[in-house]
Amino acid sequence: MTTTIRLSAARLSSPFVRQVEKISGQKLLACYQCGKCSAGCPMAPHMDMLPNQIIRLAQLGMEEKLLASNAIWICVSCMTCNTRCPKDVRIAEVIEAIRATVLRTNARNDRLASADFLPETLAALPPIALIAGLRKLTS
Amino acid sequence: MKLAYYPGCTLKNHARNFDDTTVASMARLGVEVRELERWNCCGTVHGLASDNLMQRAAPVTNLIRVKESGAGEFMTGCAMCYNTLKRANQHMRKDAAALATLNDFLSLEETQYAGDVDVFHLLEFLRDRVGFDKLAAAVTKPLKGLRVACYYGCMLVRPREVAFDDSESPAIMENLIAALGATPVPFALKAECCGAYHAVGRPEIVADRTDKIMGSALAHAADIVIVSCPLCAHNLDHKQVEAKKHHPDFHGLPVLYFTQLMAIALGCDDAAQHFELHHVDPRPLLTDRGLA
Repeated sequence: MTTTIRLSAARLSSPFVRQVEKISGQKLLACYQCGKCSAGCPMAPHMDMLPNQIIRLAQLGMEEKLLASNAIWICVSCMTCNTRCPKDVRIAEVIEAIRATVLRTNARNDRLASADFLPETLAALPPIALIAGLRKLTS
Repeated sequence: MKLAYYPGCTLKNHARNFDDTTVASMARLGVEVRELERWNCCGTVHGLASDNLMQRAAPVTNLIRVKESGAGEFMTGCAMCYNTLKRANQHMRKDAAALATLNDFLSLEETQYAGDVDVFHLLEFLRDRVGFDKLAAAVTKPLKGLRVACYYGCMLVRPREVAFDDSESPAIMENLIAALGATPVPFALKAECCGAYHAVGRPEIVADRTDKIMGSALAHAADIVIVSCPLCAHNLDHKQVEAKKHHPDFHGLPVLYFTQLMAIALGCDDAAQHFELHHVDPRPLLTDRGLA
């Protein structure tokens, strides 16, 4: 399969890139793509793109691809990548910023709705699971 | 010794066993654990967006409650509460503008926060204030021959600025378990994520994690897994049903809070154990070993 990616200088300094850097507090270009974050990521098998690929696409301003990925919702902020990054890039913060970009629009793109669950399913879940999920996956 | 205590929401329902064995075992060590008169949810997760101070309001309100109780420090056993409260505290201590904004927002509070409360995790308190030698001396029922896999998960050891032990290869729980007379086993996945809140919407991810983590514990013939987080406990214990569904050759183990083992070794009343809250009943194993 061939993938064509169209790059432009405008994308590299797009409002999206600036917003991700601002919300995450990270300098995206600090990443030199060593791949250590993806190597240790316990959620990687469930992702459609790897953490280092998320950072690469963010560097290049590939907003549409990132916002449509499932990987940004699979990351649970376990912080393994952050602890291991040789450049001290906080990858989890970058992914949180991309999630925020989706959740902060007024489209109500919530990824979890308690109304979807049966009462007995909800009763079986400890509050710590529900509140954490709602805080990470809803606006 | 008196110690202010923040239990956290889940310890009042699904993790009653964690709450009650914390209080009971600390009493045996001469520490009177005093639950705060007022407290609220810690927020469960530390908000990572640098521009959203709202997520600091819940943890900082709790730090104010500690101050109002007259204590300068407090302890919690829940790994997620610890992480959220500790990180919010560190943020308030290093960012004066954020602290001022929070205090303005919480202007109806009678007390202003000034970064002047210390957050302890129970394990850290046991190691640094009680001492594992004193713990060992208080043991009345040594956990002889019990092979224990100590699971840390994420929130006790990451990020590094909140960790009270090595982020990659922590040993504090193993040292505690050894003081109780049990045998800690090597456990490669002891600090690998259990899938956390995916328990809600993506249980198959948790099933995968539980399968791998239990496999790692079984590789060194562990009898049980111990935890310090009610979400890890839920995923590793209650989600074993899900793990079996997705991985037919899955084998499970009983999962206990480290405080439950302390309570057994220190001779506390079994009423604190609430074994009925467990999915895999640990009683047959404990009875077999003469521990229940």
